[in-house]
Amino acid sequence: MKNKSLVSITDFSKSEYMKILSLAEEYERKPVRNLLTGKVIANLFFEPSTRTRLSFESAINKMGGRIIGFSDSGSSSVTKGETLYDTIKIVSNYCDLIVMRHPLEGSARFASEISSVPVINAGDGANQHPTQTLLDLYSIKKTQGKLDNLTLFIVGDLKYGRTVHSLLMAMSQFNTTFHFISPEELKMPEEYKILLRSLGLKYHEHKDFTDIIAEADIIYMTRVQKERFSDPIEYERTKNAYVLKNKMLTNTKENLKILHPLPRVNEIEQDVDINPKAYYFTQALNGVFIRQAIISSILDVN
Amino acid sequence: MKDKILEVSAIENGTVIDHIPPKAFFKVIAILGLDKLDTQMTLGTNLHSKKIGKKAIVKLSDVFFPDKDINKIALVAPQAKLNIIKNYDVVEKRVVEIPDDIIGIVKCMNPKCITNSEKIVTKFKVVSKKEVKLKCLYCEKITDQDNMQVI
Repeated sequence: MKNKSLVSITDFSKSEYMKILSLAEEYERKPVRNLLTGKVIANLFFEPSTRTRLSFESAINKMGGRIIGFSDSGSSSVTKGETLYDTIKIVSNYCDLIVMRHPLEGSARFASEISSVPVINAGDGANQHPTQTLLDLYSIKKTQGKLDNLTLFIVGDLKYGRTVHSLLMAMSQFNTTFHFISPEELKMPEEYKILLRSLGLKYHEHKDFTDIIAEADIIYMTRVQKERFSDPIEYERTKNAYVLKNKMLTNTKENLKILHPLPRVNEIEQDVDINPKAYYFTQALNGVFIRQAIISSILDVN
Repeated sequence: MKDKILEVSAIENGTVIDHIPPKAFFKVIAILGLDKLDTQMTLGTNLHSKKIGKKAIVKLSDVFFPDKDINKIALVAPQAKLNIIKNYDVVEKRVVEIPDDIIGIVKCMNPKCITNSEKIVTKFKVVSKKEVKLKCLYCEKITDQDNMQVI
């Protein structure tokens, strides 16, 4: 991965990802390491983000690197009409690595083509968010002890959720059995089901998951946003089917863990938080270790 | 009488592109950059065709295209036929073939794609040739035949 940009989950091989995951384990054991002394990392956030930006900043700080950048485009020269091309050309002179979030899809690929330093995509519109996918993989591996042969439930907005699509693509390499639970309007797009069929993987689609929840090793919850529905009455009718309540977890597997990319709104009731099967806050912490592993691999400082 | 119904005259040396669908005619002109050529050319459209009803035809004197250039028109005129003319004779007949990669001809149909907001040469991987489907190398979204717009 040395000196390579990380733009899309398809940019790296399975073995490269496995290396990142085991490196992240080392960072979890010993997070503070002065490996980035003298390195400057530009965090360019053209749209607001809390977890992603702060976990990158935390990761860089724990390794002794320095951060330049902005946390929304209002405080950059974008407001003066500067193109992304010019911004990247200039900023890549000032730093060793660029971490970028941008509302337009494909912006990270474009930046990686014109930048003189590697680019890490921290989300380009609805397209890719590879560091989120890696932290999801890390969380699954850590809680299950393996990635192979698991039963993964994905609940909520399966149509627009970029984390869901990247997770599906990543997990499809590990003989996963998928259960997709969503309202009709937010079903998993056909292209992803074609991919799973071509790989000979099992998937099932449901409108509700109360009856089948006992089969799950991982439940990956996502937000069902009201604005995604063309019919507001349909939203009111279906929204409660995609809310996880503590009592639903009674007869579930011992090893079951609940994941969520966050932010959550109301799709996981707060009483779930104290259940040991709730894992989403630790999942967010894992984001720091995985980003330490990614940054140090790309800058080749390990 | 027969001479009088010849709608487009013959050329001595060059390339004839036949069986272009009339609706793709101006796109073919744009893709091949014919407006920038200074050689003699004859263009005709809405001509009678036994095969496709109406057709357009392009006759270019002293112009011979490399495969990679001429294949670009397959996106809009997949049934176009090429005749290479030497000394008034057809010396070679060719069909056009959709290339594996499309660079800088088609606009990405995703309004949120970066290529629609900055000056970027578009790049697509052809993921289906039968019913043309192009995958944008930037936003990774598919542009299909119905939504294909030539830049």
